Amino acid sequence: MPSYLLARLHSALWVTFGVVSLVFFLIHWVPGDPIEVMLGESGAAADREALRHALGLDQPLWLQWRDFVRHVLEWNLGQSLYYHEPVATLLAQHFAATAELALAAFAVAVLIAVPAGVVAAARRGTAWDAGAMGFSLLGVSIPNFWLGPLLVMAFSLGLGWFPVSGRSAPWSLVLPAITLGTGLAAVLSRMIRSSLLEVMSEDFIRTARAKGLSSYQVWIRHGLRNAWLPVLTVLGMQLGALLGGAVITETVFSWPGVGSLLVEAIQRRDYPLVQGSVLLISLCYIVINLATDLVYARIDPRIRLGRG
Amino acid sequence: MSTVRAASAILGGWALLALAAPWLPLHPEQIALPAILDAPGAAAWLGTDDLGRPVLDRLLVGARTSFWVSGGVVSLSLLFGTLLGSAAGYLGGYWDRALVMLLDIFMAFPGILLAIALAGLLGPGIGNLVIALSLVGWVGFARLARAQVLSVKQREHVQAAQALGSRTPWIIRRHLLPLIAAPLVVEATFAVAAVVIAESGLSFLGLGVQPPEASWGSMIRDGVRYMLVAPHLVLAPGVSLFLVVLSVNLLGDRLRDRLDVKGEKR
Repeated sequence: MPSYLLARLHSALWVTFGVVSLVFFLIHWVPGDPIEVMLGESGAAADREALRHALGLDQPLWLQWRDFVRHVLEWNLGQSLYYHEPVATLLAQHFAATAELALAAFAVAVLIAVPAGVVAAARRGTAWDAGAMGFSLLGVSIPNFWLGPLLVMAFSLGLGWFPVSGRSAPWSLVLPAITLGTGLAAVLSRMIRSSLLEVMSEDFIRTARAKGLSSYQVWIRHGLRNAWLPVLTVLGMQLGALLGGAVITETVFSWPGVGSLLVEAIQRRDYPLVQGSVLLISLCYIVINLATDLVYARIDPRIRLGRG
Repeated sequence: MSTVRAASAILGGWALLALAAPWLPLHPEQIALPAILDAPGAAAWLGTDDLGRPVLDRLLVGARTSFWVSGGVVSLSLLFGTLLGSAAGYLGGYWDRALVMLLDIFMAFPGILLAIALAGLLGPGIGNLVIALSLVGWVGFARLARAQVLSVKQREHVQAAQALGSRTPWIIRRHLLPLIAAPLVVEATFAVAAVVIAESGLSFLGLGVQPPEASWGSMIRDGVRYMLVAPHLVLAPGVSLFLVVLSVNLLGDRLRDRLDVKGEKR
């Protein structure tokens, strides 16, 4: 375990360094002078130089890079040009809303996908299977920026059950979570079905059946628990789609999270805030992926002992 | 098989309308103030939007946008991703390690996030949209091409070609690419669906196609404000988008089964 852990941590650190660097260079590779873009045509020459100096843009590139990495290590992400507040403070204020949305969407996905996947596998080839997989195909094909407005039309404007947008009441979370979770539910149910079908043809399932276990015991304790392993390996990547989708979902519902902060920052050309938001979301993703891999290694000894 | 036929018909219609759009008598930018937010009817089959512009005409222009953007992005991504991935996989060593590191960094940006940031920084417009989505899209193809090349590069016919002194580009093109084409084609099919959604998504955020040009995404965004009085503004582009993506995914599934590509679960 320790050697696998170290190797995995090592690669995560490298990737983090690469991500920080890419986020830094993005601003510099973009055609045009960032100062010009931020201030617009009307900026006075003195203002420009002041801003250039304040952002350190008058330094050589590699010095700026070094300072950027160093500041990120101290979690000093600079000052927002629009809010005139530290980016780190703004991110801290908005992070809880995004985390809440992502967790709720994940819960929605699991609650839909596990029963759908198990039923589809258990009733393979029947209408149940076709229904569950049809739902899955619909789920991956419906974009969340359309599903969101549809849900609002039906449940907020039509039935009046939930608020249209914002985060004022506990139930304002419901529609955004369903919007964001549906795509993951669709992918997940399909993966659970195929993985479960594979596991159910294993010898130990026949043994479990032969020794007279109930069908619940066979499917859930012996089947599903083993079927989770391959699902887990790709789950990390799917959670990335969830985090990326959160940006759009937050915009649809005016959910006050990091995603809507990012979109606003892009529209306002608030580059430090853009960099900070992108960085925070990516770092979360790196941590989630690392955690998934470590959990997987913990469950499956073949991985950590290097005989996978 | 009837679903396959329906999906093919939808995609055929999409392509045909997109290609024929310049010759159709469309007035997507014709503002008609007396006809603001009209419901679908004889004058405008799908109604009009908040400026009285015919939704059907804008829908067809949006079809053209998504068709060309997805075609451009998938071609560019397929070309560069396959080239870089197969070259790195074949050459191995430092080239391979450098590419893997680059891929790891790109893949550390979740989902559509990097495309959002790139499109935002490059500024609005279709050209920048294609650049942003291609800069993100090549990664999947490179990863797949590299993995596939690694799995076939020890085959005897490749060794024979090496022994005969064939040059590397020739070996990759003649002896490796034909073997790894099937999974790449399947991947490209699903990529079309992903890019159609991404284009609309970025346009929905205001980062893609700019007014008065039309994209299904920006039509949905503009329509959301009038959901209560004119739901057709959200429904029409949404249904089109959904049908196209659904058809592509459906055909992709069938293609994957047909070519017997072991699905890399996505």
